[in-house]
Amino acid sequence: MISVALKKSFRRASIDVRFETSEPGITAIFGRSGAGKTSVINMIAGILRPDEGRIELDGGVIFDSATRIDLAPDKRQIGYVFQESRLFPHMNVRNNLLYGWRRRAAGHRIISLDDVIGVLGLDPMLERSPAGLSGGEAQRVQFGRAILANPKLLLMDEPLSSLDNPRRTEILPFIERLRDEFHIPILYVTHAMEEIIRLADRLLIIEDGSLAADGTVEELTGRLDLRPLTGRYEAGSVIAATIKENDTRYGLTHLSFPGGVLRVPAIDGAPGTPVRLRIRARDISISTELPAGASELNIFKGKVVEISPPASSQTAHCDILIDIGVPLWVRLTRLSIDQLELHPGKEIHALIKGTSVDRQSLAARKGEAVP
Amino acid sequence: MFSDAEAEIFRLSMQVSLWATFCSLPFGVAVAWFLARVEFPGKVLVDGIIHLPLVLPPVVVGYLLLVVFSKNGAFGQFLSGIGIDFAFTWKGAALAAAVMAFPLMVRAIRLSIESVDQRLEMAARTLGAGPLSMFLTVTLPLILPGLIAGTVLAFARCLGEFGATITFVSNIPGETRTLPLAIYTLTQTPGSEDAAFRLVGLSVFIALIALAISEIAARRAKRSLGMTR
Repeated sequence: MISVALKKSFRRASIDVRFETSEPGITAIFGRSGAGKTSVINMIAGILRPDEGRIELDGGVIFDSATRIDLAPDKRQIGYVFQESRLFPHMNVRNNLLYGWRRRAAGHRIISLDDVIGVLGLDPMLERSPAGLSGGEAQRVQFGRAILANPKLLLMDEPLSSLDNPRRTEILPFIERLRDEFHIPILYVTHAMEEIIRLADRLLIIEDGSLAADGTVEELTGRLDLRPLTGRYEAGSVIAATIKENDTRYGLTHLSFPGGVLRVPAIDGAPGTPVRLRIRARDISISTELPAGASELNIFKGKVVEISPPASSQTAHCDILIDIGVPLWVRLTRLSIDQLELHPGKEIHALIKGTSVDRQSLAARKGEAVP
Repeated sequence: MFSDAEAEIFRLSMQVSLWATFCSLPFGVAVAWFLARVEFPGKVLVDGIIHLPLVLPPVVVGYLLLVVFSKNGAFGQFLSGIGIDFAFTWKGAALAAAVMAFPLMVRAIRLSIESVDQRLEMAARTLGAGPLSMFLTVTLPLILPGLIAGTVLAFARCLGEFGATITFVSNIPGETRTLPLAIYTLTQTPGSEDAAFRLVGLSVFIALIALAISEIAARRAKRSLGMTR
């Protein structure tokens, strides 16, 4: 559990944030570059000194400007995974991994080298020098090194941003496994929505140094007022669901969510496993009546909540927020909106193509991992 | 191969230079770190004072040492009281050599400290290393090539020290007559050209050995940093 209240002025900007997290799992700190995300976690780590504020970690005060408490970074027991590889070049991978572990009191070494090697697949590179590692391997070693120090909180500063896209896809499962195996709360700074949807439970949006929003990922990505901040990526909605059953005959998995049951191509996971999925706005079609002859697969009844931008504007496409038990964004041309005579409050049927579920975004939220 | 007198000169030179180098090394590292990392008012002045021996005539440095450390000097009296005598002893020769070599040592080490990626040091701190532990396990190994270079440079400078030494502790056979002073003495004595030349050869030999050792050590250090394959 961490509680943070921080203020700091720079020459051109200032930071004033206040938040708490109590649950394990990943809390994403999202914002544009320059919004102050990294400064916030640097202050939590003790690398940057706030002008005023208070930070509590697991009931202990690690910074308090009022009582002049300011623990050194090495006394805070907070791990930090940096954006770029900061492995020690004069030590091999094994000694890098053990650097923090050796400095932790024996009684607090709950996570062992073998645990970390297993979860992160580091076995083949233990005796190698960091200079010979690829970017993705180096990041995995950095994860392991930070975790092995057995921190109470783990900070990650855009750990994937120095990697190219295929490498990112390779590393994401390792972060999921860290989250699920070691139960250390993680504050994850990023400006990539894909990573948040895949990894995070909670989302803090930082804009111009202050907290613009704080809530679950599902909640915040569905909010219209935050769309200028969450950006173009949000041509879609994020839904939390649980696996209801696996239909091996047709190779489908049934997911239950507040709007009913959604059928998607089979995914791994036992019934009851929570998953998150993203549905792109262009993969939903709208009909005012139950389509005749259409299979009833993934058709949900609901109503229009909002049309953005308003139907009177001149753009070709509009985004429509509908409610089928959960909020969903749908992208339609203005022509279709006029033809269907859509307006807020109108009853509609939404047809979600089963194949449109973004498999990339399917991920266990808490509890058991999806392998 | 060498006469007893020559062996004595060699031994004394090594003794003076090694003591001078290794006693000033901790101070050299501390001062270099301070200049590389700490910003304070008057830093230019401190930097200048440390570099003075590099630009002053060595005789001037020797004379200043004499003023400060002679038995009548302000500091000399105090040191004499606790049993350290610099005036006209080999310890004085080592002090003169150390002072003259200090700026070279500090420059080399400072450069290597400035080139250390401080983000690595910060990473060490977040992994639970205190400032001293961080310095010993991260900074020191990373500056090792520069440290070796600075040490060898200083050692070579000590070995060649002449002006400050002869001014401060004079030219006493067996006590302060190091290689350069012995060569100078021989060149002033008619008919000793051959003897002088033998010592010149010895000087060249020591210098080459020192260079070879530093080269090997620096290569090993760099290899351990993964800089070369």
